[in-house]
Amino acid sequence: MARVRDDMGDTRWGRLQRWLREGDDSLDRAMIAVWDESAEPEPEPVFTVPPARPEQKKKNQKHTAKLEKLLRVFSVIAAVLLCVGIIGILLHTTALLPSFGREDNPVHNEVPRRYIEKGMNEDTGAVNIVAGMILDYRAFDTLGESNVLFVAVCTVMILLRLQAGDPDERLGSDTRDRLIEPHSDPILQVIARVLIPLILIFGAYVILNGHISPGGGFSGGAIMGAALILHMLAFGEKQTARFFSYRTYRAVSVCALGFYALAKAYSFFTGANHLPSIITIGTPGRIFSAGLIPYLNIAVGLVVCCTMYALFSLFRKGEL
Amino acid sequence: MQILMILLLAAVLICALCVAFTKNLLAAAVVFMTQSLALSVVWLLLESPDLGITEAAVGAGVDSLLLFATLKRIRAIDSDARENRKREEEQDGTRS
Amino acid sequence: MGLTNYAELAAIILFGIGFTILLIDRNLIKKNIGFAMTDSGMYLYLAAKGYISGRKAPIVVNGVTEMSAYINPIPAGLVLTGIVVSVATSAVMLALTVRLYRKYHTLNIDEIADKARKERE
Repeated sequence: MARVRDDMGDTRWGRLQRWLREGDDSLDRAMIAVWDESAEPEPEPVFTVPPARPEQKKKNQKHTAKLEKLLRVFSVIAAVLLCVGIIGILLHTTALLPSFGREDNPVHNEVPRRYIEKGMNEDTGAVNIVAGMILDYRAFDTLGESNVLFVAVCTVMILLRLQAGDPDERLGSDTRDRLIEPHSDPILQVIARVLIPLILIFGAYVILNGHISPGGGFSGGAIMGAALILHMLAFGEKQTARFFSYRTYRAVSVCALGFYALAKAYSFFTGANHLPSIITIGTPGRIFSAGLIPYLNIAVGLVVCCTMYALFSLFRKGEL
Repeated sequence: MQILMILLLAAVLICALCVAFTKNLLAAAVVFMTQSLALSVVWLLLESPDLGITEAAVGAGVDSLLLFATLKRIRAIDSDARENRKREEEQDGTRS
Repeated sequence: MGLTNYAELAAIILFGIGFTILLIDRNLIKKNIGFAMTDSGMYLYLAAKGYISGRKAPIVVNGVTEMSAYINPIPAGLVLTGIVVSVATSAVMLALTVRLYRKYHTLNIDEIADKARKERE
């Protein structure tokens, strides 16, 4: 070589070579060392990072800032290109799929035929075929989903519940709430007094009519949960805590999930062993028909209602 | 019917773009709520009334409420931190 | 006649926008909204696949139980469960966001990563 550069290690090319040789760890370390100047000096660096002179440090800092900016711009461009590419590929694939809204598509095979033609009269007795599907043919799936909601509430409770020793987020919350939103707002309270019974009745209607008309446990439960949330917002946490506490939540959820599991276990057991079952499908179109579906709808609705209220309450005040 | 469908889908996409470009988190949450409402009518047009009811109650209702509650909680944490800092400064001042 | 393929087009674009937000936005709450948007796009696509133009919702009217009268009920059932589960995932992600904010006092994921790395050393 004609000219040996002894500051090779500091140039961009040298750092790139070192990065290639030693993996990205040394570069990371160098960058952190530059960012974190106030911290103590690194004890015995494993890699041979050259000791930074002051003016060189400033240069390094400029370098890393530029590098960081460049990386960010590059990542944004790459992400946009990736997303446009994904959209293009998906659109191309969709163009190759069977066209939209045709009745001879392969998804309309013998399974929906069975659900529609035999569902109401022979298998489930539910006029709403979707309800019959998710609560009878595929009831196991729905049990798992209700448990997902329960587990989600448990996780949020672990993450957000405030203990006694925690910082005083809770102590300040009462006064702060009163500043942000007046607790005894007469307009809100009068409206809520009229609306909450109506919302609750509508939710109960949606749940109980789930096997006859559109609706069911999930939507009805969410509507009733919304009524409870409105009650809490209008009348304050203490009023709602009179009839809905952690104990209520636990009892209602566990009872509903247990009832669901037991009822479906009975139905699976008798069905699989060809035993006579006490569950009859009744006259389709009546409230008390369709075998277990109305009761399972009620169980799912209770679980969803309690879940929605519990999630909001945990986010709002850190406890149930 | 088709025109309504196109309008609703355009509204959904415009809402999505608004969420992508806004910096204000509260505005993003409200626009997301609007998008869910438009989607719930799209479900009705696709002949799935069950989905329409569920989306209106769950997606537009409870999900947005959770977002609002999170934003409020974050602001509460912020003001707590500010108060703590102020209190510490006051204590330092009285001590010195 | 009837609806042409606008629903699937919109579903894919919605998925793409949500995915872009999820990738490039640094704010955790915006990421959460983007995730919910990808969910919506997928549900829209599924429901569009089950639609048959000119037919009615799968609720038996006047005792007609023929395949040729109703749309496919299976995507509706799948999406119904999906919508409710997406709220559960969204709640868990928001709870994690609140926890991170309580610890690091920022919503920017880069700053959180920096602070966490500094803390570890």
